[in-house]
Amino acid sequence: MSEANTSEMAAVSIRHLSKSFDDVEVLRDVELEVKTGEVVTIIGSSGSGKSTLLRCINWLEKPDRGSIHIAGQRIGVHEDGRPMPVRELAKVRAKTGMVFQGFNLWPHLNVLHNVTEAPIHVQGASKREAEERAMALLEKVGMVDKRDSYPNTLSGGQKQRVAIARALAMQPEVMLFDEPTSALDPELVGEVLAVIKDLSAEGYTMVMVTHEMAFARAVSDQVVFLEKGLIIERADPETFFTTPKTDRVRKFLENHDTPSPA
Amino acid sequence: MSNWEILWDERAQFWSGFLSTLEIFGLSIVGAFVIGCGLLYLLEESRKRLTIPLRIFIDAMRMLPFLILAYLLYYGLPSVGIRLDAWWSGVGALAVYHGAYFAEIFRGNRLTFPPGQIEAAKAHGFTKGKMFFRLLLPQIIMQTRQLLGNQLIYALKDTAFLVIITVSELTAAANSLSSTYFIPTEAFIVVIGFYWAISVTMEIIIKQCGRFSAKRGFDNV
Repeated sequence: MSEANTSEMAAVSIRHLSKSFDDVEVLRDVELEVKTGEVVTIIGSSGSGKSTLLRCINWLEKPDRGSIHIAGQRIGVHEDGRPMPVRELAKVRAKTGMVFQGFNLWPHLNVLHNVTEAPIHVQGASKREAEERAMALLEKVGMVDKRDSYPNTLSGGQKQRVAIARALAMQPEVMLFDEPTSALDPELVGEVLAVIKDLSAEGYTMVMVTHEMAFARAVSDQVVFLEKGLIIERADPETFFTTPKTDRVRKFLENHDTPSPA
Repeated sequence: MSNWEILWDERAQFWSGFLSTLEIFGLSIVGAFVIGCGLLYLLEESRKRLTIPLRIFIDAMRMLPFLILAYLLYYGLPSVGIRLDAWWSGVGALAVYHGAYFAEIFRGNRLTFPPGQIEAAKAHGFTKGKMFFRLLLPQIIMQTRQLLGNQLIYALKDTAFLVIITVSELTAAANSLSSTYFIPTEAFIVVIGFYWAISVTMEIIIKQCGRFSAKRGFDNV
């Protein structure tokens, strides 16, 4: 199969991606392909560039070189190198759903309206349609009974579940999770991971940056290890966690309570 | 006939002055609010070519005594061929002057706006305009409620200056009665009562609005 063809089939296709902040190279010639329905976990120590990689996918960070396609469509710049107009960029962006470490709900809107806001005002869905979609998603994340509450009254875990529903409401081609449980109290981590696990079982395409090794092992199809902006290892979770190829990954896993086989 | 009885007989003059003050105040604060929001929107633009002159304009307004601006609009504009009557000069001066203050209040709050929310909006496909009107502005208004309330009281008090450019509002009514009957104390006490009544009503309304934002965690009322 030609390269162009694989890009069209992939939910996310990243080629030769490089990015520097000032003179620090954060990403170096990263290549990553995420197939539809696949769950890819990005692991690495802090400063390895994993959040930057994720944030490049929806152009919250602008890469210096390389290309990213979402469901076959180039994001950020046109194929001929012209920068993409803001409106067009927004449209491609909306093909991705992003869940942030800090939830970033909109505090002036209640739970239901957080979820319907973008479908109505970005996608132009009717209020009824958006609300139906939102209610189904709130049901999925177990937040229906909180639909009239405002974010300030929710726990971190509840906020994150609403944020997941909000991202799903855009019916994205791929869900991006940026350390979704890192800001949570340990006892609240489980409820968020359970929701994400359900999504993977339902076949959602997801790219996730996480420090939850047991979880990564349980839900991923592909694990990617990033070190100083380079992907130094990629494998299926069994291989990655049991027989890592590099000393660096072995050491990393030793320091991270390597999960016992599921 | 006591001084108070004289004023009671002339109550129609107070009343029309009061209505005129209300009208000027209402129109000018709506104008000021729109100008404030508009300036904030333009300041969102990252291009320095636009933001620097806007900041200079806002600061220039804030550093100008209001009366001078009213004079400029009423006596100065005709020399460049624009002639506004006293009433519209007054409304215009109030709107522009307090619009600059509103903009500065909004801008100060905008600086502390959580960037994560903006990123979330971008990630959900929002473009600048919709993001501004749907997400930024409502929150900034809720958060600056008390400062805005304070500014409204300043704007109300500034309407009294318009007597000097011959607008017949509340203070003008008191002025004319006090000089016709030589009863300044009583006449001015009456207008103080009117200004207080408007201010207190405004305070109550602003406070009630606080319940709306408190529910969303912006405020504790």
